[in-house]
Amino acid sequence: MEEKNILEIRGLKSYFFTDNGVVPAVDGVDLDIPEGKIIGLVGESGCGKSMTVRSVMGLLKYPGRVVEGSIRFDGREIAGLKENELRDICGKDISMIFQEPMTSLNPVIKVGKQVRETLLIHDRSISREEADRRVIEIFKKVGISEPEKRFNSYPHQLSGGLRQRVMIAMAMICKPKLLIADEPTTALDVTIEAQILRLMKELRDETGMSVLLITHNLGVVAELCDYIYVMYAGKIVEQAETFELFDHTAHPYTQGLLDSIPRIGRNADRLHTIPGVVPNLLHLPKGCAFCNRCELAEKSCHDQGVELREISPGHKVRCIKPIEHKEVTGS
Amino acid sequence: MFEHEDKNMALNEDLQSQIGERDGIRDKLKRMCRENPLAAVSAVVIAIIILMAIFAPVIAPYGEAEQDLINRLQAPSAEHWLGTDELGRDLFSRMLYGSRLSITIGILPSLISLTIGVVAGLAAGYFGGWVDYVIMRVADVMLSIPSLILAMVVMYTLGTSTVNLFIALSMTGWSSVARVVRSQTLSIKQSEYVEAARSIGVGRWKIMFRHILPNCIPSLIVLFTLNVPSAILSESSLSFLGIGVKVPAASWGLIVNQGRQFLFTQPWLCLAPCVAIMIVVLAFNFLGDGLRDALDPYMQR
Repeated sequence: MEEKNILEIRGLKSYFFTDNGVVPAVDGVDLDIPEGKIIGLVGESGCGKSMTVRSVMGLLKYPGRVVEGSIRFDGREIAGLKENELRDICGKDISMIFQEPMTSLNPVIKVGKQVRETLLIHDRSISREEADRRVIEIFKKVGISEPEKRFNSYPHQLSGGLRQRVMIAMAMICKPKLLIADEPTTALDVTIEAQILRLMKELRDETGMSVLLITHNLGVVAELCDYIYVMYAGKIVEQAETFELFDHTAHPYTQGLLDSIPRIGRNADRLHTIPGVVPNLLHLPKGCAFCNRCELAEKSCHDQGVELREISPGHKVRCIKPIEHKEVTGS
Repeated sequence: MFEHEDKNMALNEDLQSQIGERDGIRDKLKRMCRENPLAAVSAVVIAIIILMAIFAPVIAPYGEAEQDLINRLQAPSAEHWLGTDELGRDLFSRMLYGSRLSITIGILPSLISLTIGVVAGLAAGYFGGWVDYVIMRVADVMLSIPSLILAMVVMYTLGTSTVNLFIALSMTGWSSVARVVRSQTLSIKQSEYVEAARSIGVGRWKIMFRHILPNCIPSLIVLFTLNVPSAILSESSLSFLGIGVKVPAASWGLIVNQGRQFLFTQPWLCLAPCVAIMIVVLAFNFLGDGLRDALDPYMQR
């Protein structure tokens, strides 16, 4: 049962120090990524998903900064590393795919050169010809047709799907141990999305790397992930294995997310939404951060903070009275 | 079945990418020539003038300071295309030789100020903080002093020589370049591809010069073409005022200065270099306008 974790985040706090006060964008997050697993991190916009991975990659922008917590990658503490020490790891052992393939590639540099750059930075001994050969090889692997021709294309000459493939090639070329995908398919249409997700899964099976998938799309998560973290207002509110989470949803917020997925064939006049908006992180409620929007909230929810607790093995939830599931068949 | 679907998809992506293909810089220049003939003509004019400057010794019928005191102040004729000046020097030949200095002075200080401006602007925009503050305040101070007066002060303190003229003219142009580069750097720094570059471990100098700078090039080309004529004008003004190029060397501004005395009797001595200056300045301005329209992504129709 004891698996080796490639990434362990403990008590991570990343705050924004704004003129109006301190914004706790990531507030005490614990997160484990076992080797060779695909982990999902789900939540609404602005709940701190991207902030969490940016903290890992050292990409937080001023006035944001990691306040406390430990980030251990492959047994090594990387929180608080200097920028140039972190640079040796980023791109080589941890790499990242960004949300917008349209804007994540430099418009004035040929895509082949951009992918090659990663290789040249992290392996000084490699020759240019060898690097070119490996770029073409990885292009083939991620399913780019006519890789030799595409090597000399500029990003604007490629479609969104191809560009995301280039991004994946760039992330994969140094054979990373951990791939962080920050909403990799949000900007793509559905057919391309399926291809990209399948590609990521194939690459995982082939190389045995771990993947941290950030998304707000629960459908994507269900298809791909082994284990899921649900995040709300800077905190993990529920975590469980994929099937457990979908079958025994415990947190009302997770339930709300699930109910909000429009289903084909279900004729509803209105789509289900979670009432209200994400609370202002500057003025979080005293109790549970979700209490103002929760249909099941009681008085005690407003009064006291809630700790993450285990309700069944591997299933943790941050709620005073998690949804009970009657053990019936045929749900 | 999946394989089939994949192939279809790949085909689709291929098609899309071909349809979505936008113009590279070469196509943009071609389109500029088609849609903006004035800019194209200007480019040709500039090319001809530069060639004439380079091959001045070959083309010029007489030497730069070759005097023929008997044939002083001649009107234009077949022998002396633009007439002769008060020492009997052939004006056409002098103009050709003068163009070498005038054009060099137009281009070289512009290049120097461009380089300084790019480095200063990149550093200010990328590092921000006190680096930004110091660089931009210096640039502001430079901008607040009229460039001609600054150049005059430099020439007076360092002495009048061609090298000092270069220094004086280089000092003035960089601040506007720095401003443009800084503002572009600020916006490009925030872009996702710079973040992506950082995430794969690219160093900051490499990001500045390999990722951000190439994105500034269209505006730098335009700035350059607008800087050149202003440098030529400054040189002419300085030489006209007698603190630029010294005789017997020739530059267009100097020739104007010398021809000034004969403005009412032999006006061509003054008019010819003035027209030459005008043509070059206009050509560079038109070319700059054309390039701006062709290369600026925000002015695309």
